[in-house]
Amino acid sequence: MTAVDTSPVRNPYLTAAGWRRLFRDRPMVPLLILLGLLVVASEVARPGIVSLNWAATILRAAVPLAILAGCQTIAMLTGGIDLSVGAVGSMTGFVLATLVGGPGLAAGLAIAIVIAALAGLVTGIGVGVFRVHPLIMTLGMSLVVLGLANVWQIVMVQTGGGVPPSLRTLGTGTLLGIIPYSFAVFVPVAALILLGLRRTGYGRMLYAVGDNPVAARLSGARAWQVLLVLYVISAILAALAGFLISGLTNVASVTLADSYVLPSVAAAVIGGTSIMGGRGGYGGTIVGALILTVISALLTSLGYPEAVRQVLYGSIIVIVAAAYTRVTGET
Amino acid sequence: MTAASPTVDEVRPRPAEAITGWARRNAWTLGLIAFFFVLLAFTRMIQPTYGVTGVQGLAISVLPLALAAVAQAVIVIAGGIDLSIGAMMALTSVVSATLMMGKPEEFGFVVVVVVLLLGLLLGAVNGSLVVITRVPDIIVTLAMSFVWAGSALLVLRTPGGGSAKWLRDLVLGSFGNEWIPKAFVVLFVVVAVIWLPIRRSRLGLSLYAIGSHQLAAFRSGVSVGRTKIIAYALGGLFAALAGLSLTASTGIGTPVPGPYTLLSVAAVVLGGVSLAGGRGGLVGPIVAVVVLSLIRTDMTFLKLNTNLATVAQGVILIAVVMFGTLIQFRRERA
Repeated sequence: MTAVDTSPVRNPYLTAAGWRRLFRDRPMVPLLILLGLLVVASEVARPGIVSLNWAATILRAAVPLAILAGCQTIAMLTGGIDLSVGAVGSMTGFVLATLVGGPGLAAGLAIAIVIAALAGLVTGIGVGVFRVHPLIMTLGMSLVVLGLANVWQIVMVQTGGGVPPSLRTLGTGTLLGIIPYSFAVFVPVAALILLGLRRTGYGRMLYAVGDNPVAARLSGARAWQVLLVLYVISAILAALAGFLISGLTNVASVTLADSYVLPSVAAAVIGGTSIMGGRGGYGGTIVGALILTVISALLTSLGYPEAVRQVLYGSIIVIVAAAYTRVTGET
Repeated sequence: MTAASPTVDEVRPRPAEAITGWARRNAWTLGLIAFFFVLLAFTRMIQPTYGVTGVQGLAISVLPLALAAVAQAVIVIAGGIDLSIGAMMALTSVVSATLMMGKPEEFGFVVVVVVLLLGLLLGAVNGSLVVITRVPDIIVTLAMSFVWAGSALLVLRTPGGGSAKWLRDLVLGSFGNEWIPKAFVVLFVVVAVIWLPIRRSRLGLSLYAIGSHQLAAFRSGVSVGRTKIIAYALGGLFAALAGLSLTASTGIGTPVPGPYTLLSVAAVVLGGVSLAGGRGGLVGPIVAVVVLSLIRTDMTFLKLNTNLATVAQGVILIAVVMFGTLIQFRRERA
């Protein structure tokens, strides 16, 4: 992502307007600079902390966030948002933990993913066909999923279950001390989203529907089909993230992934995806998730209490989003 | 799109027409109120012992959420949304509980004033950030919810503090007739005292105008930025009242935000306020909160799993919005 060409002719990126254009055309550059600065800040704050082990911890923690932020990215490209990823992710992790003792791991995974896809289908029908505002639809859906998961919890209270060991290995293990095993899930997912958005007709349709719904309709895109598929994909991604989170934390509860919802939206926004639709991409979102994870780790390593961390975290999101909007001159 | 036609002819309708027109405009709220009474009768039918104590409990339990819904409604009417209402409630609640702890009764009045000013300030900060940064309101208030919740934890690590006795007496018990719980009276008095003068004024019109069509409002001379900040500040004020009611009804302050933010959005939509802004009132959301709470009560009476009440809330929320969209479709076709 080194886009600055250093030709002897007058460099167009050296003026203020040029910088602005650079940031707008290549949002990855300032994001990567910010990420680098944060890593340097971590090292300065706690000399010696930046190591292979530290990097592995960051990557491991960032993977589920990046996947959930992927849900937000594709939803936001169409002008939507998916607040049900927390409930769906928690539900799948929990359902898997209760099923692993009986039907087994493979069946549990399949059942959990199918349930998630069904939830996504209902959301998609609501948003696509009945044109319910995505905020309301996903909010309502998360209430429904949470309530049903609670009922399931009471039904299944006698079965021990627990997070399957293989999932724990997947969530916490690393290859050669640096590459998390969860990359086995994340890399295909990321490749699919990145390529899907850039190279496939469906990906372009997501941008089209979000950028100008009327123009998209007039040029033959069936918005309801696009949205329907989108929310099913989003729910399946949330399910995968839910498995990883329960493996990472060795916990299976019906509210496990709830704390990821707001950061996932923040990661997509910091990554340069517009909540108004039509602009953004998954590359920036991945860096956004890394930035948030490094910030969170930095604040922890400085020994700040949870309260201060939350305040700083929120302030940083506002500042980054504001700077971004100011620089690119778009909303 | 016809929010600000330049010339509005002053035609006074005849009284009968005025009443039917008023009823048509408030059909949704009136329907909700009717549904509430049907639900109340149904509750009496399945649980004959449901009476004064039931209504009292209902009133106290809905007070914080009802005020949160009012806070959200004011902001949504002005075309915004505030996802930090739950966090603002937590912050104002712990501040009031900490300040009142072990202090004389009279000091409580000072605390209430201070906390209400704090609420105005928090809301104004949210609104100013939305206006100045031009970042979408959902993002700004989402991020600010971390800031306010973190601040609440800084004020009070664990639930604690205390409440002046008069404040607790204000919401407990009944007023005159034992069927009229004090909490309901407080709710309606507070909302009426703050909202009615605003609604009748130029400011109220501006709030609806910027929610209905921002550009049209701007061209008709409304200061959009300032009005938006005022809307958020008012939301903060109502959130502070909700926080105070939490302190009053529980006697302590809790630093962790409850589920109020998302439920307030749900209540606003169920109460007939359009998420697009510019449409709806404050009575609808309040009645919606009471109805939702009563449905939950009924489900326990019917020996249904209370978790199904959460499911029911979600289904009702989605169904109502779908229903609204369908009606709009049919109107467009007709």
